[in-house]
Parts: sequence; structure tokens; C-alpha cells
Amino acid sequence: MASKTIHAYYNDDDVLMHAVKKVKAAKHHIEEVYCPFPVHGLDKAMGLAPTRLAITSFLYGCVGLTVAVTMMNFIMIEDWPQDIGGKPSFSFLENMPAFVPIMFELTVFFAAHLMVITFYLRSRLWPFKEAENPDKRTTDDHFLMEIEVHGDEKELTELLMDTGAVEINVMENNNSH
Amino acid sequence: MYTFSNKLKIGSFILMAVGFLGIAIGFISMPSTVEEAKAIVASHDDGHGAHATETHAATGGHGADAHGGEHDASHDEHVLHQLRNKPWAALYVGAFFFFMISLGVLAFYAIQRAAQAGWSPLLFRVMEGITAYLVPGGIIVFVILVMSVLHMNHLFVWMDPEVVAHDELIQGKSGYLNPTFFLIRAAIFLGGWIFYRQYSRKLSLQQDEANDNANFKLNFRWSAGFLVFYLVSESMMSWDWIMSLDPHWFSTLFGWYVFASMFVSGITVIAMVTIYLKSKGLLPDVNDSHIHDLAKFMFGISIFWTYLWFSQFMLIWYSNIPEEVTYYITRIEDFKLPFFGMIAMNFLFPVLLLINSDYKRINWFVVLGGIVILLGHYLDIFNMVMPATVGDQWSIGIPEIGAVLFFAGLFIFFVFRALATVPLQPKRNPFIEESRHFHY
Repeated sequence: MASKTIHAYYNDDDVLMHAVKKVKAAKHHIEEVYCPFPVHGLDKAMGLAPTRLAITSFLYGCVGLTVAVTMMNFIMIEDWPQDIGGKPSFSFLENMPAFVPIMFELTVFFAAHLMVITFYLRSRLWPFKEAENPDKRTTDDHFLMEIEVHGDEKELTELLMDTGAVEINVMENNNSH
Repeated sequence: MYTFSNKLKIGSFILMAVGFLGIAIGFISMPSTVEEAKAIVASHDDGHGAHATETHAATGGHGADAHGGEHDASHDEHVLHQLRNKPWAALYVGAFFFFMISLGVLAFYAIQRAAQAGWSPLLFRVMEGITAYLVPGGIIVFVILVMSVLHMNHLFVWMDPEVVAHDELIQGKSGYLNPTFFLIRAAIFLGGWIFYRQYSRKLSLQQDEANDNANFKLNFRWSAGFLVFYLVSESMMSWDWIMSLDPHWFSTLFGWYVFASMFVSGITVIAMVTIYLKSKGLLPDVNDSHIHDLAKFMFGISIFWTYLWFSQFMLIWYSNIPEEVTYYITRIEDFKLPFFGMIAMNFLFPVLLLINSDYKRINWFVVLGGIVILLGHYLDIFNMVMPATVGDQWSIGIPEIGAVLFFAGLFIFFVFRALATVPLQPKRNPFIEESRHFHY
């Protein structure tokens, strides 16, 4: 199935935002937008679902807290309850204040690191990954909107010209993805 | 322009009347002889009395000689003092709590000005309204302190010359802890805070009528200066007005701890008053992002308070030095529920409720969190004052609730009266446009 993709270039984030809204209003599906920096509100304009990364982080934090409590309870209270400097190692609760720094740090450690790893996995980032950049200029000063052509190619091109695109390229897809 | 609604005004008067009645009942039922005190303790429950004797003997007396044949007599005397302190301590906790809220708001206000925050100018009039309570509230606290110095009560044990005569530790501190210097310091602190509040309010109102930003710039400088003064004076105030209730005990981060308590209560009250006024349609430009920001501060400072509470507790628990640790032993033995209950109210509840970004934009969530935070910080002050003044004779009964209601009524009256005097939105603040379009 040979299809066509249009690459529309913009050189200003405000123009890009307006263009995204117009293209959305004309009911075209935007495949991807490449930006050199975060454009505030672009995700909302594109209608992207909000991230759930914060929720995963909260859950990872709970895991970290559980690990810390289980670990300290087993080591200090159950396995070998020594008298170390008169600290009351009879029950977890009695000696808890001494464990709080560890419980806190492990909660933060798990929440932070596992969330970052989740982010890498979900956004497919790793060393030696092949860059997916369609045009070098989008890392510097150009914004690129990628739209797949389904209907009238000319009409879509005109619409994009109207939105203030500085350059429009029509690419033939060779079933590469 | 806000008009003080009659309903709220009458409500505040009812609160004051009911509260006054409660305070009066507390003072009337105060025992004047040892026999009456015994009757009160016995009527509560017998087991409690026995427990009290035990812990009293264990902790070794607060300046009173708790040994030998005089044990029973001195114990009864001690209980009498505690019971006579009860209505005073209840009054003091209530007065200080509401005063501390307006002082916390003043600190927040000065920070917003000094930091040139872009989101908050819309709320400046609300904050200025809340700090209006600083003048009457500060005067009441000062009057209670003067009454203590005049020996009308026994809240501050170091003010009693007989106690000092037998107590070398307090004698050693008398260069700082003496009634004259104590009142001079209190007057300087209150004078400084009230001066900044009144002057900054004046400049803030003048800015609305001016043609240039001179008033705004002057206010910025005064706010920065005030923060320096506040940091020093607030810390010393906490030693004077709270920590000296236990003159044998000391803690270095106590000033910060009291600050965190007043700061988070103050921010909570700003959020609640803002939500109230907005629900009346009086703050049309305040959007849920402003509420979200305030809720973030409530969340963050609640954690900050917990951090300080825990740091103070854990350091003393860990090293377990007898002269420091008695402070927590009396609290954990006699105040178990309020002492640990406040951790749940001031930390667990707000953290779990306000961690969600969406919840921070929902008014009733913020109000619910705010009510629990305020109750929790009342308990915090209660836990700081009561163990030193009434010991194991504490309860949350008519005098305590009466004092809270009375000062709540007074607070509402002065705050909303001040809010009704000027338009609720500053006109010419250089950041007002940014604040109106604030969006997070």
C-alpha cells in the first residue's frame, strides 16, 4: 500500500499552534509534530491524552515504602534483634523513628528511578537508538507537522499553505512502517 | 466591592457570645482550693488520678518537691495549679492560634511582594483582609501576656519569683527570661508586625490611586525588610511565648517549627476565604489555577511542617538525653491521641488528599483539606502549650471549645469587616494583568 505523507514546515511556535488548531478543525489526522523545544499547550491543541506517568510514580513510591518497611522489619526486628545503643528493637513501631530516613529515601528512590525508566520505555529511548528525525532543521529552528494523505492531496496542501507553512513536502511512503 | 453580609456578621456575634460563655464557664468552674481540685479530679475517674500520681512521680516534678512525706500535699497543690491554669491555657491557645493565622498570612503576603509573584496580586486584598486581625489579635495576646506577668495566672512558671528562687536553671536564664524584658520584646515584635501590616496596606491602597509605581516599589522594599525582621522576631517570639512555657527545655529548630505551623494555617485560611468570596461571585478573575497554587502551598508546607516536627522529635528521641527528652515523654504519656492524631491530620490527610493535581482545583476538596489542616494545627498549638500548663489534667471541653469559638467569631468579624472596606481587586498593581490571566 503506497501512501503519501505531507511534511509542513513552520518557523514560529505561535503559527504552528494556529495551524494545528486549523488542521484539527478540518478533521485531518496529525501523525506527529516535531519541535526543537516544548511548545506550551501543543498537546492540548492536538488533543493528546494526558500522561499517566505521575500515577505510576505514586505506585512505585508505594512499592519503595513497602520494600523499606519489610527490609528494616526483617533485618532489625525479626532476624537479629540486637541491642544497639539501647534502641528498642522489640517491635517495628517502637524503633520506627530510626527507620524513617531509610523509608523516605527508598520511597523517593523507587518513585524517581522507576518513573524515569518507565518514561524511557514508553517513549522508546535508549542508547544507540536510531534517531527518528525527519529533518535536521526541526532540532534547531523549524517545526514540522506530519500528516498522512487520505483524500484530496491538493486541498490539504492548500489548507496547509493557508496556515502559514514555509515549506511543504509531499513524501511517498514505501510501506516502511 | 464586598459587603459584610448580615448572616455572617450575626454568625460571628453568635460565635463570640457562645465562646465567651464557654470561657466564662471555664473560669467560674476553676477550683480555688485544694479540696475543690480533689473533687474535680475524683469526679472524672479514679483510675486517671492514680495514673497521674504515677507519671508525676516518674517524671520528677516541675519545680515542686515531689518526694518524702509531703508528697501527697505537694501533689494536690500541683493538681490545683494545673486545674487553675486550664481556662487560662485554653484562652491562650485560642488567642495565639488565630493570631498566628493572621501572622502567617502576613509572612506569605510579604513573600509574595518581595518575590514579585505574578499569580497572587489578585489575592492581595484577601490577604490584607485576613491580616486585619493582627491588630486586635495581637493586642489580646499581649494583654494575656501582661496578665501573666501580673501573676493573674500561672502559665509561665518562670514568672513566679518563688519558683525561680529554688530553680537554678531558671535563675541562669533570668537574664533573658525576666518579665520586663519579656514584655519589651513582645511589644517590639507586635509593634514591628503591626507597623508593616498597616503601612504596607496603606501603600497598597495608595498604589491604586497613584499615577506611577512609586508606592509599589516602596512596598517591595518594606516587604523585603519586613521579612528579615520577621524571621528574627518570629523565632524569638516562639521562644518567648511558647518554648518558655517549659523553661527547662530548649530546642534549636523550634522557631522554624512554629513558623511552619503558622505559615500553613495562614495559607489554608487564604484559600478558604478566597473560595468563600469566589462562591459569592466577588472574585470573578480568580480561577481554579489560583486555587490550585494555594492548594500546592498547603500541600508543600504541610510536608515542610512534618519534616520539622519529625526532625525535632527524631533527634531528641534518638539521642534520648534526659534533660531534653522529658518534653516528649510527657506528651507521649499524657497526650497520646492529640500528639499522634495531629500527625495524621497535618501530614497523612493533606498529603493523600492534595497530591492529585485535579483535586487541588476542586473547591470542596481544598476546603475539606483546609478544615482538617486547621484543626490539626490547633492541636499542634494545644500540644505545645497544654503539657506545660495543665499537664495530665487536659481535656478538650467547654473552656477550650469556647475559646476557639470566641476567637473564630472575632477573627471572622475583623477579617470580613476589613474585606468590606475596599474593592477586592487591586487596580494598578503592575502584575495584576498577569495575575488575571494566570493559568497553570
